[in-house]
Amino acid sequence: MNTATELDLAHMLPGFADPVHDAQRGFRCVLDALSRPGRLFDMTVDVTPPPGLAPAQCAALLTLADCDTPVWLEPGLRDAAAGHYLRFHCGCPLAADFADAHFVVLAGLGALPQRSALKLGDPCYPDRSATVLVEVPELEHGGPIRLRGPGIADVQAISVGGWTARTTAFLHENRAAFPLGVDLLLSCGGRLMGLPRTTIVEV
Amino acid sequence: MNEAAPDVSRRLALGVLACAPAPDLADCVRALGELPRFTWLRQPETGLVMLRARIGGNGARFNLGEASVTRCTLRLADGSIGVGTVRGRNPRHAEHVAICDALLQHPEYAGRVQAQVIDVLVRAEQARHARRSVQVSASKVDFFTLVRGED
Repeated sequence: MNTATELDLAHMLPGFADPVHDAQRGFRCVLDALSRPGRLFDMTVDVTPPPGLAPAQCAALLTLADCDTPVWLEPGLRDAAAGHYLRFHCGCPLAADFADAHFVVLAGLGALPQRSALKLGDPCYPDRSATVLVEVPELEHGGPIRLRGPGIADVQAISVGGWTARTTAFLHENRAAFPLGVDLLLSCGGRLMGLPRTTIVEV
Repeated sequence: MNEAAPDVSRRLALGVLACAPAPDLADCVRALGELPRFTWLRQPETGLVMLRARIGGNGARFNLGEASVTRCTLRLADGSIGVGTVRGRNPRHAEHVAICDALLQHPEYAGRVQAQVIDVLVRAEQARHARRSVQVSASKVDFFTLVRGED
């Protein structure tokens, strides 16, 4: 599961400047994003992410990942700066399989795997499921994608770069299997939007 | 498998620094004068580690107990990386260990740190050890068994 290569400290970037308060700010942002699906939040924490991680993704992982949460990174990033960065700062193992990962980091919605490959929780513990962090090229309020469900007063319209029919099908399937499923955190640079498994998506 | 041999001298130096009393190390570091600036890769943070031991030194493994440990990692402007891990909760101690570790890899400072910090601390530790040996050996008792009383 874990790539046991030695950590490359020579090219290591610093993590949070103020670990306690930055992690608290990061946690608040993720909490807000998942409780208000479809609304954009600024990840106000200042970090310099390694190549392959977006700023909001990086801050969310520094906040949430630890030794108990295997993180799935694209194979090319695992033994690169991003993998070393997460192992050093979060102490998290890097998962080789989606099935082991508590966090899955993707560079676009096109990289979403089959839903069944991911950790979906089990009926007694639906929380033991994966959180999928996806960086998208565009993320705005208003647009063709309409969201309903808990945390949304009426309807929340969004537009998301790289969204395809496959994404819609993935989220329909994810919603249908409630309470099992994965939660998505979309990011675009330093901004974050939550799409938890409770959200109903219409395009 | 393991091509790069472990850097023994670095490991020894880190051992000396981490085991030295924090005030002694602080004095030595102060005596070095102006030091290069550094950035934190990981600020000093304190946590617990489980100390494990083996029964009789080579038997079954067991958890001896937990110890608080403080660690940090920093980088000097020239790119040298210093790591510091010390027992206890003294962040300055961990910082001083990391600074010395980084300076030992810095061509300009390595000699001075070796002479003014590592060697000084090793001598102090040897003196402490010798003093303690004298104290302990004063109360040493030799037991001679003349007759075992059996058979």
